[in-house]
Amino acid sequence: MDALRNLAHIIWYFIAAHEVLRSFVVAVCSLVFMLVIVLIAIWMERKVSADIQNRIGPIRTGGLLGFVLQSMADALKLLLKEDLRPAGADKWPFVVAPYLVFVPAFLVYLILPFSATWVPQDLKIGILFYSAVSAVPALGIAMAGWSSNNKWSLLGGLRAAAQLISYELPLGLAILAVVLLYGTLEMKGIVAAQWQHWWMDLITLPALLIFLVAGMAEVSRAPFDLPEAESELVAGFNTEYSGMRFATFFLAEFSASFFISALAVTLFVGGWSLWGVDIWFAQHVLHMDPSTWNLAAPASIPFIMKAFWFFVFLAKSFVVLWILMWLKWTMPRLRIDQVLNFGWKILLPAALLNLLLVSGIGAVLPRLSKPLTATQDVAPIHIDDSVGLAPVAQTPPPLPPLRDDVPAPGTP
Amino acid sequence: MTNQTISIAIFFVLGVGFWMIALAVSYLARPSKPTKFKETSYECGIEPSGSAWYQVHVRYYIYALLFVLFDVEVAFLYPWAVIFRRIDGGQMLLFSELAIFVLILVFGLVYAWRKGALEWE
Repeated sequence: MDALRNLAHIIWYFIAAHEVLRSFVVAVCSLVFMLVIVLIAIWMERKVSADIQNRIGPIRTGGLLGFVLQSMADALKLLLKEDLRPAGADKWPFVVAPYLVFVPAFLVYLILPFSATWVPQDLKIGILFYSAVSAVPALGIAMAGWSSNNKWSLLGGLRAAAQLISYELPLGLAILAVVLLYGTLEMKGIVAAQWQHWWMDLITLPALLIFLVAGMAEVSRAPFDLPEAESELVAGFNTEYSGMRFATFFLAEFSASFFISALAVTLFVGGWSLWGVDIWFAQHVLHMDPSTWNLAAPASIPFIMKAFWFFVFLAKSFVVLWILMWLKWTMPRLRIDQVLNFGWKILLPAALLNLLLVSGIGAVLPRLSKPLTATQDVAPIHIDDSVGLAPVAQTPPPLPPLRDDVPAPGTP
Repeated sequence: MTNQTISIAIFFVLGVGFWMIALAVSYLARPSKPTKFKETSYECGIEPSGSAWYQVHVRYYIYALLFVLFDVEVAFLYPWAVIFRRIDGGQMLLFSELAIFVLILVFGLVYAWRKGALEWE
């Protein structure tokens, strides 16, 4: 047993010592996580929709094992389907389009903070990376619609292009409100700030609503599922796709749905933190000493807490995902003019107004000039202070260290 | 290259590579018997008439044009937002700068609105 543990340790240290290898292992873990999450989300979607429509849902594979068997059956079916390409299709855009949708859907997991110190890679440009990468699928969907040589597909692709770019603006403005309040683009820093001042989430509540509505449109789920509107456009932009190529779009959509929920949780609902309850629990029930925890030194935080935060993060994300599904299965689909009118005439002005409001509040709040502290009990948390917009190679100019004077009410 | 760039590259390569392998496995496992009728594009069961690349409503282009304008705005706001609470003093100046910037853009939106660029008829 000891020999095994030693071997595991040696392997772990070998991996940790090689940056590239470590990144690769993390990337593989993220991919597996994404695929498992997609399987769970598809199963959940079926069961939730069945529940809302007073059905039982898929029962052929049966029982508790139903989840595993049904997912395997779905995957096998898609794998074995004949892959057809219409004779008149534009070959290269048709082949490349699924990649343009799938790869960004996976790439965004790079910045997702699963737990206090578990981030695949805490990029300095953090949330800006998401804004950049999440704009690419619109291109892929428009390409798929155009290249299929099918009238339904073209209509779906055009709708997708108009809708996705229109809702990117309110989405970006809602994210800006968060960036403004916490003064950082790094995901770790954003969640750490909420961990220490949970009441800041109340300020970003309107931004959360804007983000969720815009996010639903971004992943084109009902009532915004116009790009694939199956009762109007057959299957919209993916009418001519079959087999694994269709699976790409399907997988990317569910992955993006989960990611939008997880991002909403991370930016607006405290991410992995539990609004101070976790610190209280650790102190008084587990008799730990949170004052020794340092987010910059992962080893200083006990593993049990990290795992606990990971489950908190998953639980919150699935609650938001469930809300999205609930909305999807109870709302009728909008018309394209209604969707664009709502986006440009209501959501965009609302997002601008919200940004003005939040910046007004931010101007009144104390400066972020001293290190962030959770409570009096908790030691300063050291967050990498660079703004993230400076070139990575040169050392960024020394900014004043991050700090917030306001003590969080209600935390021990 | 820094660790951060390497991470992005590895994620990118893995994302592309994984799906290429999945498609290759599917290619080996699936049947492939294309016929003339399988390769026609779907048009509710009848034979497709005319080209699918037809003329589309000009509205879509106007939205794209407006999007470029506003998206650049959002990109410009990021650096401003990051330093907003980090600079000591001058918050009111920063705030009024944003207000003026946003006001100019709102004026643009109102102009497009009044010109009927956001209408469908």
